[in-house]
Amino acid sequence: MAGSVESDEDKQRRRRRAMAAIAALTVIVAVLAAVPWLTSDYGLAFMVNVMCYLVLTVAWALFSGTTRLVSLATSAFFGVGMYTVAMLIKTLPLYATFAVAIGVGAALALVVGVLTLRISGMFFVIFSFGLSEMIRELMVWWEINQTHTMGRYVFVPFDTTLIYEHLLGLVVLVFLVGWQLRRSRLGLALLVIGEDETVARQVGINVPFAKVAIFVVSAMFMSLAGALMAPRFGFINPNFAFNPLVSFQVVIMAFLGGLKRLWGPVLGVIPLIIFSELLQTEFPFWYSVLLGLVFMVIVYFLPDGVTGLLEEFWKALGRPLDLPRGLTGPLLDAWAWLSRPISLPRGIAGAIEERWSKIMPPAKEKR
Amino acid sequence: MPAIEVILGGAILGGLYALVAIGFNLQFGMARIVNLAYGEFLMGAAFAAFWMFTLASINPILGMVLSVPVTFGANWLVYRVLMTPLVRRARTREQLEGDTILATFGLLFVLRGAATLAFSADNRFYNYLGEPLNIFGFTFAANRVLAFALACVFAVVIFIVLNRTRFGTALRALAIDPVGAELVGIDVRSLSGIAFAGGGALVAAAGTLVSTFLTFNPAIGIEFTMKALVVVIMGGVGNMAGSFIAGLLLGIAESLCSYYVDSGLTLAVAYALFLIVLVVRPRGLFGTP
Repeated sequence: MAGSVESDEDKQRRRRRAMAAIAALTVIVAVLAAVPWLTSDYGLAFMVNVMCYLVLTVAWALFSGTTRLVSLATSAFFGVGMYTVAMLIKTLPLYATFAVAIGVGAALALVVGVLTLRISGMFFVIFSFGLSEMIRELMVWWEINQTHTMGRYVFVPFDTTLIYEHLLGLVVLVFLVGWQLRRSRLGLALLVIGEDETVARQVGINVPFAKVAIFVVSAMFMSLAGALMAPRFGFINPNFAFNPLVSFQVVIMAFLGGLKRLWGPVLGVIPLIIFSELLQTEFPFWYSVLLGLVFMVIVYFLPDGVTGLLEEFWKALGRPLDLPRGLTGPLLDAWAWLSRPISLPRGIAGAIEERWSKIMPPAKEKR
Repeated sequence: MPAIEVILGGAILGGLYALVAIGFNLQFGMARIVNLAYGEFLMGAAFAAFWMFTLASINPILGMVLSVPVTFGANWLVYRVLMTPLVRRARTREQLEGDTILATFGLLFVLRGAATLAFSADNRFYNYLGEPLNIFGFTFAANRVLAFALACVFAVVIFIVLNRTRFGTALRALAIDPVGAELVGIDVRSLSGIAFAGGGALVAAAGTLVSTFLTFNPAIGIEFTMKALVVVIMGGVGNMAGSFIAGLLLGIAESLCSYYVDSGLTLAVAYALFLIVLVVRPRGLFGTP
């Protein structure tokens, strides 16, 4: 936008585009809501997985995408939600257990956030790294020594269709929260913090408060997702609820999708779930290795994720083609390259070394 | 009777934690890399000792002559190949920490998965110097005492190198201010690589010692990484003496907890200590503001 004043025509065009977007999204949500009656049981189970990880990943990105602090505590909150439901299901009605699960998750996030986020990002990351494992340890100890139960049954009339619809509602909610956040004072404050914390302090942003607030919000979503998933499994023990793989998968999905856009996680969650379904049935033992490799590829070569790639591609499409010599130019170049004699003055090893030094130039003194 | 024996037993375990933490501190405090795959090298060395002992009946302490240099080389390669691009890409220290956390997090799963593929997820154990040893009227397992003694030897060697040699002085300069170090003519990049590899060598030694008295499987690495992180933060980043004392403290706290409460709560103890330090002295026990 060049000028600050918007003409009426622009305003109308924007309003029309917004209406169209809302209509399209409503249709998508309606179709998704009808999924249980459209697909098989397998398809539904797949979609439940997708929705669950969408909630987790978008909630993760709410906190980590803006503040740039990598939280490895997703499975702690997911597990807390799930295990709260498992522990209370016999004494409270189902929806009350969900409410308690959110409360417990929020309280945990508040304590962790207040203790660690005030000091430095590093402390927070370290703490989040072991949080889930520590809670698992405490729960195992508690269940063995105090309640003498190992594992709990969750049998309630809450079938997969209901779980799916609830999760879908939660996905819509988390997207709405994320969308609103980008328009709120808190969201802007978080963006500034992510760019440069010192600047954020200088302009008068209450940095610890902003970080803790968004951390608690994101933890509430994760806990509720865990709580909703509890009836799906029927039998739950601490080792199952606090599975560190969940944290890892969520981080990969978020980075694969890209953190710059709110809808980025969609493009990370779906391919990774398909990938893990395939791997876990075909090569179950290779799962961890391949997952780690995929993640390292993303960290090194795709820092902006799939959305970054797509946006670059979109921009490239919008650019005019740059062919000064017409179509024949590149063809001639290719022909010239093909008919060049092969020269390997230093042998194949030398050629490989040259390639490698182009990818990773040897350290040079800059000054 | 038990309190003093429990504390001594804890200190013996703590010596090992101290060794693990000093290695981590070399990587984190000097080379500025947060290596979440750190414990995986401990696991690797433990398996190396196990296979050498069971297949060729090589004494694990002698086996270190092989496993420690190999791990040193492997870590040097990790630094040169995997970490150097990140070091070059990072503009601030925070960004470098974030990037290395992510990259080594991936590496953690690769290494652990590979170990599970190669060795299966079974628990392993071998019997080396398991007989009781009587010291001042207290009884300890001989292998634990040996592990403690060797951990102390390694720690002393590191202290001497850091405080009494030119090379060590350069390393300490690196820990305090990398830019300043470069200005006075220290080759920051190659020195960082050596510090990182040195940390890896220490964790390989620790892994060998761990394997003599603990049951292990491909998943143990992460627990040691967490404890190393906690100990390094407690003792102060870049402060080796702090790491040593904090490691002993953690061992004692853990031993007291497992005697009086439950032996399954080791990580909870580490985190409780971490929280206390965080609230009371956020700079670490011996850190300077």
